[in-house]
Amino acid sequence: MASLKFNNIYLNDYVTLAGPLESNSKLKKLDFQMDDYYYGEKTFEQAQAKMQRVVIDRILEKNKLNGTDIDLLVGGDLLDQISATSYASKYFPISLLGIYSACATFPESLIVGSMFLTSKNIKKVIGITSSHNLSAERQFRYPIEYGSPKVHTSTFTATAGISTLLTKDEGKIKIESATIGKVVEMGVSDANNLGAVMAPAAAEVLHEHLNELNRDVDYYDLILTGDLGCVGSDIFKEYFKRKYGIYLRKHLDAGCELYLKSQDTYAGGSGPACLPLVLFSKILNLGKYKKILIIGTGALHSRTFVNQKTPIPAIAHAVSLEVNDVH
Amino acid sequence: MNKEEYQKLVKELSPKEPKLKNAIIAFLVGGLVGFIGEVIVNILMESFGFSRVDSCAWLAFILILFASFMTAIGKFDNWVSKAKCGLIIPTTGFAHSIQSACLDYKKDGLITGIGANIFKLAGSVILYGIVSAFLLVLIKVVIYG
Repeated sequence: MASLKFNNIYLNDYVTLAGPLESNSKLKKLDFQMDDYYYGEKTFEQAQAKMQRVVIDRILEKNKLNGTDIDLLVGGDLLDQISATSYASKYFPISLLGIYSACATFPESLIVGSMFLTSKNIKKVIGITSSHNLSAERQFRYPIEYGSPKVHTSTFTATAGISTLLTKDEGKIKIESATIGKVVEMGVSDANNLGAVMAPAAAEVLHEHLNELNRDVDYYDLILTGDLGCVGSDIFKEYFKRKYGIYLRKHLDAGCELYLKSQDTYAGGSGPACLPLVLFSKILNLGKYKKILIIGTGALHSRTFVNQKTPIPAIAHAVSLEVNDVH
Repeated sequence: MNKEEYQKLVKELSPKEPKLKNAIIAFLVGGLVGFIGEVIVNILMESFGFSRVDSCAWLAFILILFASFMTAIGKFDNWVSKAKCGLIIPTTGFAHSIQSACLDYKKDGLITGIGANIFKLAGSVILYGIVSAFLLVLIKVVIYG
């Protein structure tokens, strides 16, 4: 049993920073925008560390807090050894727990943060995550970046930085429950079709969540998957229908909801920051969803394993959010 | 649903690549590069009095310089993704792959960055180019003596 119910844990505030392409996409409300991929730094990796630092700074400032008021920082990213998170955290006197589950890092940060908040000593937690298109490309792509043609199933890593403030003080978004996913591998080894790699993991965690908490799929106003992309999203729905006999009517995928068609991003967005970016800058602004189940999906591959042609394992974590004052 | 059934489902729902369209684009663009090359060679021979061998060497130089320059100012990436294999297969692609690696890794230092990575992709072209040239020559020697 890996489902947890939380009593009074709230997501009190969030800060979003979006990259150049994301700033001109389907998103509505952004706290910060980047004019270019360097963001005033010398390299893309340093830019990503700065993105994380900026969102932490801003969330502290917005809530009139100092670093010392925060008990714990939980976060991760896609770089080697989650270095963007580490390099950003050195500027803050906050205890750090680095986490990694690729693009499911955001829900994982909410789960870990919420769990710690259930103890007496921890009162305020900040969760961070980020992704940067060009640093992720360097991390996972075919030897070098040289504009080689991409296939239509490939997704485009979103550039964004996100911070969230979790506390026990009542706020507008309640973290109601969560399910920690299992690693699922269905024999897909194509790193250009990560939606297909991750769709079964998302389906398994959704089924387990509904089962363990004894809920019907219609309990939620919206099921928002992280970055399956438009292709993976269809596979997810079809897989869920065939395996469990349930058709998902109220499902959206953050990756598919991010970019405009003219932005030429193939199957849509991906990356750890894709889900929170779309959630905070689009879905919540619509004001029509009260009970939202977010499912972050992560492909747990590395370039080495992909080159060795091994099937890619995937993970997904689900977090149920309740928006109190729909505005 | 087992793994085989799932992979069948994935295949069913994943969009197909327009292979014929890509091949036609690559054929036309690659052919255009060849045509431009031939025009340049003829100009060099007619107007500057170069021999055909010298003109071809100058042509390679011109194409490489042009592709490298276009990569440096950030144009070539976009052309490559639109032209499919039409610009990667000719010598322009080779120049572009070296230039891209060079630009990509310049911040990682001269030795650990540029030096270690410049032939990351081009290395395969060089290695298998030499190997296939060797094999072809071997075949030629065996057959024709």
